Amino acid sequence: MESVYLAIPLASLAGAIIAGLFGSKIGRAGAHWVTIIGVGVSCLLSLVVLKDVVLDGAEIYNQSVYVWMISDGIRFEVGFLIDSLTALMIVVVTSVSLMVHIYTIGYMADDPGYQRFFCYIALFTFSMLMLVMSNNFLQLFFGWEAVGLVSYLLIGFWYTRETAIFANMKAFLVNRVGDFGFLLGIAVLLTYTGSLDYYEVFERSDRMVSATLQVIPGLDWSVITLACILLFIGAMGKSAQVPLHVWLPDSMEGPTPISALIHAATMVTAGIFMVARMSPLFELSETALSVVLVIGATTAFFMGLIGIVQNDIKRVVAYSTLSQLGYMTVALGASAYSAAIFHLMTHAFFKALLFLAAGSVIIAMHHEQDIRKMGGLKKYMPITYWVALVGSLSLIGFPGFAGYFSKDAIILAAQNADIPGAGYAYTMVLLGVFVTAFYTFRLFFLVFHGEERMDEHTRSHLHETSPVITVPLILLAIPSAIIGWLTIDAVLFGGYFDNAIIILEQHGAMAAVAEVFHGPANFVVHGFSGPVLYLAAGGVISAWYIYLKKPSIAEVFQRRFNFIYNLLDQKYYFDRFNQFVFAGSCRGIGHLLWRLGDTLLIDGLLVNGSAKLVGWLSGVIRHVQTGYLNHYAFAMISGLILLLGWVVLV
Amino acid sequence: MSLHLSHYLVLAAILFSISIAGIVINRKNIIILLMSIELMLLAVNLNFIAFSHYLDDLAGQIFVFFILTVAAAEAAIGLAILVVLFRNKGSINVTDISELKG
Amino acid sequence: MIEAIIFYVFAFMTITTATVVVTVRNPINAALFLVLTFFTSAVIWMTLEAEFLAIILVLVYVGAVMVLFLFVVMMLDINIAQMREGFSRILPLGIVFAVIMLLLMWSVVTDDIFSIESIATPVPKGADFSNTKALGAVLYTEYVFAFEIAAVILLVALVAALSLTMRKRPRTKYQNPSDQIKVRKADRLRIVKMPSSSEEQ
Repeated sequence: MESVYLAIPLASLAGAIIAGLFGSKIGRAGAHWVTIIGVGVSCLLSLVVLKDVVLDGAEIYNQSVYVWMISDGIRFEVGFLIDSLTALMIVVVTSVSLMVHIYTIGYMADDPGYQRFFCYIALFTFSMLMLVMSNNFLQLFFGWEAVGLVSYLLIGFWYTRETAIFANMKAFLVNRVGDFGFLLGIAVLLTYTGSLDYYEVFERSDRMVSATLQVIPGLDWSVITLACILLFIGAMGKSAQVPLHVWLPDSMEGPTPISALIHAATMVTAGIFMVARMSPLFELSETALSVVLVIGATTAFFMGLIGIVQNDIKRVVAYSTLSQLGYMTVALGASAYSAAIFHLMTHAFFKALLFLAAGSVIIAMHHEQDIRKMGGLKKYMPITYWVALVGSLSLIGFPGFAGYFSKDAIILAAQNADIPGAGYAYTMVLLGVFVTAFYTFRLFFLVFHGEERMDEHTRSHLHETSPVITVPLILLAIPSAIIGWLTIDAVLFGGYFDNAIIILEQHGAMAAVAEVFHGPANFVVHGFSGPVLYLAAGGVISAWYIYLKKPSIAEVFQRRFNFIYNLLDQKYYFDRFNQFVFAGSCRGIGHLLWRLGDTLLIDGLLVNGSAKLVGWLSGVIRHVQTGYLNHYAFAMISGLILLLGWVVLV
Repeated sequence: MSLHLSHYLVLAAILFSISIAGIVINRKNIIILLMSIELMLLAVNLNFIAFSHYLDDLAGQIFVFFILTVAAAEAAIGLAILVVLFRNKGSINVTDISELKG
Repeated sequence: MIEAIIFYVFAFMTITTATVVVTVRNPINAALFLVLTFFTSAVIWMTLEAEFLAIILVLVYVGAVMVLFLFVVMMLDINIAQMREGFSRILPLGIVFAVIMLLLMWSVVTDDIFSIESIATPVPKGADFSNTKALGAVLYTEYVFAFEIAAVILLVALVAALSLTMRKRPRTKYQNPSDQIKVRKADRLRIVKMPSSSEEQ
């Protein structure tokens, strides 16, 4: 089995290297074949591993593959930890990645950077696999940084566009802030447990429970809380939680396939995965769990609100992603780690589907992305229409679809959690259901129904996109619909994650949910008895009414509640604030250092000043060299007299 | 009164200081400079002879022998330089020779 | 007693002539007075039983070196008018320097180490003691290396003086071996193509 585990990331890496280095030699077809074969092999082997873990009940595989160095007793190594959590993640990552690879053949068909794109997405697959298969913090951090790097490269793929460069810098810098916290967290863990290996850290984590740290003199902080919060800051950066969420909407500057792959299904879920993996640590600190809960809830609701006023088709889906990540974070905070991972999996499928469907629409509309210029696309693009419907229904939690099971599990868990902030979280996720349904179907109706608002030229060219694009859509729609029903029992309540996730007794949210669960069909029926379904329905009906029946209501609302509209349109002024305060102060400090430090001090005083000093000094001293012989003799005699005097008198 | 070593040494000291004065006050003539150097050497020779006599050691006189040799050589070369200098500059005034002015 | 008188008289003469050497304007006078200084100090050396060196001083130093000085002084076309300038303001400074030097050396020289108690008055040697023979006995045995080096120094001085002052006369013919070796065929031979006169006939 070990060679299988090794082959999974290495197959994708091989594809990436060949496409990257020899792209011009093997041509476009060669590039996409080699990467698809690489990722396809990874996907196939991931399914083999899943079968091995789930059906054959294999033991947890925790081995070091390569020891990089041993310094001061700490092992820096490359290793794999294959348990149920890993198996699920690698299947999700590789299957979505494979779909995106195939989709890209059609989407990027006439782009000059074709081979470069395939190299990047295969490289991304490799990095993500290294991240999730890791058994130590070093490799986790390597994968973390590598996905951040590839994200940067891909967001700025069309690097001649200024907005794309702005966006990829923003993504990288905001991620850096998160990574800083992450690194500090790893450092705290390393200091108190003396190891980077997961299992060793988990075993020794009890040392940190009673220990305290004084960062600000006089103020005692619990070490385990500090470590968990720092790790979560890393997750906040990667999974775009408030306030480190600002980069995700801008990342839509990249091509749609990567919006689907990276910023919906896989990279942004790295943070969620990491917190779930660290469940033994997070369980020890209730403060950290509360922080996670509150931040997730805030993100879930408030980011959804912004989605209501967006007019770019990809931005709506981006804010939807932000909101759904908030849901996953709420589940983590409520100690319902399995529910979070379950929602991660279903979300990966239906969100990737929605992004790719949006991409299909964009291509058909000749790269028009404003939904105010779309409408009535149902009759032109039937396949895209039906898959988008499946994805949207899954997203809002229509009973029976995948999203329903995962979302409801999260909401129930939030309801049953009893740590501080749980009530707030429950309210937020509940209201978020209405908001989610509202913006999702606002988007759906404006794009596919209603009057046709595009211009004549575009309309005449409207047709369904090629099978290379629609087949992956269909392949993603299938799990979006049925995977919830099929797997919820096993994954959430069948002890699937028992060997990976630890939940302490006092955090009984998931246990409470397990008590109400009696099978998927029963769960669907149970949904009719709670408020969730009706909120979702209300959202759909409101969207239908406002955007199809009486569009003027939207305009009235906008004028009447202009303040709220502006607040949402400006994304709560987060971007303005960051630009003014952080970016501005950095530029100011840089300018100051340039003016004072560089120009004045170093150039003026030290460099030029020392030169001028030497010049002045030599100008004074050279007058001693008169050229007259008797002056020189005079100097010699004076020296002699002084020497003599010193010897005689002293 | 009986003569003693210190008398000769004092004489030599006086000769030496006279030659120092000669070097310092001389401004017109390089030849006078060279002659003052010869005077200095004479004073030193006198010192050596006096010590050789009073310490009953011939090494002092041997040393004077060699000092004379070297002084003759040095005077010869110094005058040769002087001649060449006069050929190129046309003057032996010390103040005219300031080519090494910095 | 006689010795003391001789010493004081000739010491006084030495000092006086030395002062005249540095103060007189005409360099010829200065050279002549320097000759006189050497003579008087030769006498003092004789009283110190260094007969050989006293004679050598006169013969070599006066006879050769000072004559050389006079040669040079008379050869150079010295501007006498300029020589008549008076002493500059530097005279007081020179005197101060000399006095300071003298005082310093006096303080060292009249120290107890050189007093009459530490160093015994030497016994004068007999009339048949040959200073020359004694010098010769030491010079060619213990100091023969220094002797040879002194000869080399004189050779060096000879070569140096020559190489400094010798002027090449343009009309004298001489060979330059390095140029002779560096010559090339093109410098010596030039082939001129001429039509053969026999063909035209």
